[in-house]
Amino acid sequence: MVEILKSLSVVAVGIIGFIAVLGGLYWLASQLPEPWRERARVAVFVGPALILLVGGLIIPSIVNLRLSFYTGNGLSPTKWYGLGNFRDIFTNDDNLMVLRNTVWWVLVVTAASVVIGIIIARFADKMRGEPIAKALIFLPTAISMVGAGVIWNFMYATKGNDPDKQFGLITYFWMKLDPILPGHQGPNYWLQDKRFFGIDSNWLPGVNTFFIMAVIVWIQAGFATVVISAALKGVPDDLVEAAKIDGATERQAFFKVVLPYVKGTIITVATTILIAVMKIFDIIQTMGKGGSFGTSTIANEMYEQSFTQDNKGRGAAWAVLLFLAVIPIVFINSRNQRAMREGR
Amino acid sequence: MAATLDAKSRDTTPVGSKIATTLSSRLGRMFVWLLAILWTVPTLGLLISSVRPERKIKTTGWWTFFTDPQVTLENYSGVLENKVYGLPFSHFFWNTVKIAIPAAVIPIVIAAFAAYAFSWMKFKGRDWIFVLVVGLMVVPLQMCLIPLLKFFSSDFFPDSWVGVYTIWLAHAIFGMPLAIFLLKNFIGSLPSEVIEAARVDGASHLTIFRRIVLPLSVPALASLGIFQFLWVWNDLLVAKVFGGRATNQPMTAAMVDMVGNRGNDWQLLTAGAFVTMIVPLIVFLSLQRFFVRGLLAGSVKG
Repeated sequence: MVEILKSLSVVAVGIIGFIAVLGGLYWLASQLPEPWRERARVAVFVGPALILLVGGLIIPSIVNLRLSFYTGNGLSPTKWYGLGNFRDIFTNDDNLMVLRNTVWWVLVVTAASVVIGIIIARFADKMRGEPIAKALIFLPTAISMVGAGVIWNFMYATKGNDPDKQFGLITYFWMKLDPILPGHQGPNYWLQDKRFFGIDSNWLPGVNTFFIMAVIVWIQAGFATVVISAALKGVPDDLVEAAKIDGATERQAFFKVVLPYVKGTIITVATTILIAVMKIFDIIQTMGKGGSFGTSTIANEMYEQSFTQDNKGRGAAWAVLLFLAVIPIVFINSRNQRAMREGR
Repeated sequence: MAATLDAKSRDTTPVGSKIATTLSSRLGRMFVWLLAILWTVPTLGLLISSVRPERKIKTTGWWTFFTDPQVTLENYSGVLENKVYGLPFSHFFWNTVKIAIPAAVIPIVIAAFAAYAFSWMKFKGRDWIFVLVVGLMVVPLQMCLIPLLKFFSSDFFPDSWVGVYTIWLAHAIFGMPLAIFLLKNFIGSLPSEVIEAARVDGASHLTIFRRIVLPLSVPALASLGIFQFLWVWNDLLVAKVFGGRATNQPMTAAMVDMVGNRGNDWQLLTAGAFVTMIVPLIVFLSLQRFFVRGLLAGSVKG
């Protein structure tokens, strides 16, 4: 009880105090003589945001860029390393694996989420119970990656050799398939399996990575569905109607008329998911034990190097790399958004 | 869609292709429901497991619950008292509350003020600065983690603020570009006659902001607020980096610690995961409309 009151009072004091400070500053600004009064008021309105952006995003980004050329321990590594951090990233096997994983992540999760989103949005459109079906698929979006990680750790759990004693649903089904499928479907510790179904390849991530990807598809497909579904509802009926009068089948009308019409939305969804996937971190912490068993990705490695390995220069270099990778995608997205605005 | 269109196009569509169309849309609908069920099963399994006795969870699948229903709330009392970093899990729930509400409200207030200034106040370089702010959406928050942490641990910054306050501040910073962008779009498109009229009547900026702009912007503020709230509530990275001592951490961090140290205690993990999810689920189910609107308005974050 005491704890509840304490935390609620922190909330109240924080919010009220913050608003009081803003109000106080505005009052002070109003006391100034005229040429200054208006300027001071502008400063009170826009100043806090600009201070946060300059102090919290712009300057730190520059500091981080500089830091990526240094090496050493502690918060301020001092030993100049030139492009060494980047060279290490692109030559060291473990780091190349991180890059490989991220590329697979981006391709697989984005494609799967968007395709599932399109399929559901199409077939759910105007069917009975559409809102319920969509809400069920959308629900995982609200759950934290950590919560989702626990849910799926449980789905993938494996214990002992007896199929009937399994409590992880996936393992249970897998072992039940043993008498039916060729080969042996024995107990498998999915999340520790860094080989791709027994294949050892430098190009392929392990089974574990794909199993973790499935969780993000589970989360992102709902987002894709909701946004694409809204776009499909905006396609004018006459357009589809006209195509059908010209002899197009339902399927042809969908692929030749409807999909091109919502292309802009699909690109927006794809780029948004892409950027989210590039920054994947929480799920690797929860399901991949922070990137062990070959599951690390760029954002996870950035954290691990910076705050677990205390190699801030390398961490900063990973962050710079992430930044560089995001830029073209944001560029594509903003060009697409402009085209969409002008097209309508 | 298929049913009505089929009726209308009866005359032009050959019978064979009509059957194919009906069949494929029926298969399609079945597929949608199949996916909807598949998508729900993992969460349902967690929820059911969280109320089963420990012995049952660890020896049988949760699906046997339907033939052998045994319910207990022990897992929940167990997890709330379970010690993480020497404190009960419930402590971390309240940490999350402490972090999430102000970290959702404060940036939105700041962004609303800025959006008002960018829309209705005149100052030098206004449009350029706005373009710059929007451009900052490109910067991944990872670029700022180390330098900000350095600043928060330096002598300029009081030690006693590290914890809840630094997490608030970091969330305010990282949420700012998107919040300003979305709110400027909304506040800037309010009818200018209303605002001009108030100004002619001698209303100050603060009055116009409070009496006219804020009430009219409630839908946008609500969408953004829910978004930011869920984002902060579910966040792990920002809190882990800026939270300082382990006891300042939110529930997500405590959960990750439990996964690491008690990975086989499913009676704790299932109940704990559900505790972390309950608030977002309530918010989501009751305010889904606003949430969807927020998603549609601008779907790029961080």
